[in-house]
Amino acid sequence: MEKKLTLSDLAKIFEEYDIVEFEDVKITGDIELEFWAPQGVALPPALAQALHSALGMHPMPRVPEEAGIAELLPATFEVAKTEWTGHIEEVTIGATASDGGTREQTVTIGGEQSMPFYNFDAQMPHAPVIAVDCFDMPIPLAKAVRGFYEDVMEDPGEWAKKNVQKFGADMVTIHLISTDPTIKDTPAREAAKTVEDVLQAVKVPIVIGGSGNPDKDPAVLEAAAEVAEGERCLIASANLNMDYERIAQAAQKYGHVILSWTQLDINAQKTLNRYLFKMGVPREDIVIDPTTAALGYGIDYAFTNIERMRISALKGDTDLAFPISCGITNAWGAREAWMKDSPIKEDSDWGPAAYRGPIYEILTGLTLGLAGGDLFMMMHPEAAAAVKNVTQMLFGAEGEIDTAKKIEMHDWISWAGGAVTR
Amino acid sequence: MKLSSPMAIWKYLPGTNCGDCGEKTCLAFASLLKERKKHVKECTPLFTDEKYLDKGKQLVELLAPEIREVSIGVGARARKIGGEDVMHRHELTFFNRTALAYDVWDTMDADALRDRVTKITNWQKFYVGDFLTVDAIAIRSVSGDADTFAACVKAVAEETDLPLVLCSFDATVLEAGLKEVADKNPLLYAAEKTNWKEVLRLARSYNVPVTLFSPDLDMLNSLAATFSAAGVEDIVLDPGTYPTGKGLADTFSKLVQLRRAGIVDGNKSVTYPLMTVPLTAWLVYGDENAVDASYWEAILATMSIIKYADITISHSIEPHSLIAERTLVENVYTDPRRPVSVEPGLREIGTPTADSPLFLTTNFALTYYTVESDLSSNKIDSYLMVADTEGIGVEAAVAGGQLNADTIKETLDSCEAEKKLKYKTLVLPGLAARLSGETEDATGWNMLVGPRDSGRIPGWMDDNWPPKTVSE
Repeated sequence: MEKKLTLSDLAKIFEEYDIVEFEDVKITGDIELEFWAPQGVALPPALAQALHSALGMHPMPRVPEEAGIAELLPATFEVAKTEWTGHIEEVTIGATASDGGTREQTVTIGGEQSMPFYNFDAQMPHAPVIAVDCFDMPIPLAKAVRGFYEDVMEDPGEWAKKNVQKFGADMVTIHLISTDPTIKDTPAREAAKTVEDVLQAVKVPIVIGGSGNPDKDPAVLEAAAEVAEGERCLIASANLNMDYERIAQAAQKYGHVILSWTQLDINAQKTLNRYLFKMGVPREDIVIDPTTAALGYGIDYAFTNIERMRISALKGDTDLAFPISCGITNAWGAREAWMKDSPIKEDSDWGPAAYRGPIYEILTGLTLGLAGGDLFMMMHPEAAAAVKNVTQMLFGAEGEIDTAKKIEMHDWISWAGGAVTR
Repeated sequence: MKLSSPMAIWKYLPGTNCGDCGEKTCLAFASLLKERKKHVKECTPLFTDEKYLDKGKQLVELLAPEIREVSIGVGARARKIGGEDVMHRHELTFFNRTALAYDVWDTMDADALRDRVTKITNWQKFYVGDFLTVDAIAIRSVSGDADTFAACVKAVAEETDLPLVLCSFDATVLEAGLKEVADKNPLLYAAEKTNWKEVLRLARSYNVPVTLFSPDLDMLNSLAATFSAAGVEDIVLDPGTYPTGKGLADTFSKLVQLRRAGIVDGNKSVTYPLMTVPLTAWLVYGDENAVDASYWEAILATMSIIKYADITISHSIEPHSLIAERTLVENVYTDPRRPVSVEPGLREIGTPTADSPLFLTTNFALTYYTVESDLSSNKIDSYLMVADTEGIGVEAAVAGGQLNADTIKETLDSCEAEKKLKYKTLVLPGLAARLSGETEDATGWNMLVGPRDSGRIPGWMDDNWPPKTVSE
């Protein structure tokens, strides 16, 4: 609603500000001021000041100076805890010799009884973990990532090893993308050999991913599950648009965990999970992937979808009470992550793509971590390290993590750095 | 807001269904008030008719957002911060996006200062139909000298219309700066436990918003209660931003707890906008590790943007920082009630003719607007055919089966594309390349595989259009 400012309004304002006379003020012509008054007819201070300014007056103190308040009012900050009735399933990936596998360590995720990192409500039992991607064939990668993997792209085993030894991955994901009939149509049995190579090459738990082809994946993942028997891999993934039963059965038969994947749809996720329950898949063998969308390309949907699932689960919806896996590598789908210059002519300079890619992956990862992500599949080693670092800190990890230089928070005002511009 | 349903709000309305507000009934208006899609002042009788005035007054108070809305700056680029009502965006929406402030300091030489202020002021990036910009400039007193600070503030104000944050713990320095821009409604930073009396005096005399700083939440609560009792309500709370380790976890927990105390518990003395300072990352990493510092700063900004900071102060104005941080703000503060998808069908970009190309995309709003703006910004006259993929983007829709040869055929048929075009050729998104063969079989159309990103369409057109093999 617009309100016309009348002279009497103006007079009121002057009264309010203790202004009794004007000096050297000249108002010429017609003044018609319109403004939006959201909270009542009182002129917002900002506008009042703008008006003063427009009229060429020095701003006047609103309240006469006075002795004022001598002491701070005492107060104690209090806040209620949020207690939830539900809890997230705890899922272990990987099996050591004592459990019939050959992994040197396992990874456990889930178990939360509060929102992520809300340790003031209930301590998060396990910090999020990072799986670094490798592929069963050389793939086109953004320039900023390619350099890290160029020497190992022909050999998935070496690639996996590099992810663990050089980049500190908690887990490795082997994506069997060459099995796609439109790529190389690698037979399932051959793909299974790649899985064996990876299991030989690294001793961390692994994720086995198909090509995403709904017709081929069931056979590929079944063969992979068979050769990895007893290793308790995460089989990625079962989806409503394919023969998920065959994949889930294979995962069960050979002792693996199944990734239940749906696309930004809570109800579909509940449905697929219920199908898995019906098949007899135990709860501790399920991880869900509600779909990751990149920063700038739907991350708001992914964030809210995950956050809503996590809240529902904590409120007691057992259909959704599972650890959440996020394909953070999807961040590289954002053009800002890899494109040299902006395709939009009016944009400010985009700067080097090499700096944009990692920051897109980092922000996508942390954002979904704050929504409820437990397992992040990532690509850029420095982005993976950064997300690992910050989630460890928020989780409250002990030891090594807190070795950064100590600072005083308020020193930022007088920080003399910043003189150097890159 | 304090009223939990449209019915509860309706009780305060005249109930005459007069229609002044543009709605047919008072109840319909009440629903929109609940969703904060209409403003109570649009009910004219409530504020003009004697007999409703009391109710009107009460309703204004009851509908006020849980977190106070504070304005900083003046003019077209003034910003409101705070004004939030919910803890999670899906419960309604977040309203006033986090204001991103970037720093300058009073020991910069004149040219460098002007250059930096101009860069911050003019930075822009196109995104989903509009240009993103950043929100404020924070001026740090590094010299500690009042005159130096005042001169810097003056110089900055001459170069920008962005809201300013004046930063010093020395009230004398603050006042010197404030005098230069007192008519510009700058945000003061900050009052704390030792200087609060002087800063309170400044906030009152100049009637400007003020930040209260204390990592001790009892003290912060106490400062806020005191300022409020003294009549200062335009308050921003800074619980301190510790950049690493346990201090970081502590900062995170304070942000969540302050917002929860304000919104859920209704602790009046902390119902104010929150501030964080991702810039503290630079104190750890230093200038010599600028890239790492900017990444860590972006991490602190991410945490802040998602978990309740209403204004942040950062240092890196490198494009990678600005693009990523500002995009995240846009995403988090997008109204989740807006539709995910656009109408399927055939769109004309520019003034297409029978010789123009036909591009395929999905009805996921973000995908659609991206492709649409890439085509129109590069002035490519063309047809854009939008397939119904249930609001899912290209790559995911190919994987999930919402985009396949059959759905493409249906879309082609239903929009009668062949009547408009000379070449029976469809340009598939590069991410849907694998559908090429089967779609050719299903439709009898010639498929051209476009680039994987629609930003590359201009270059792609040079090499691929008009098509070399055509079925006319």
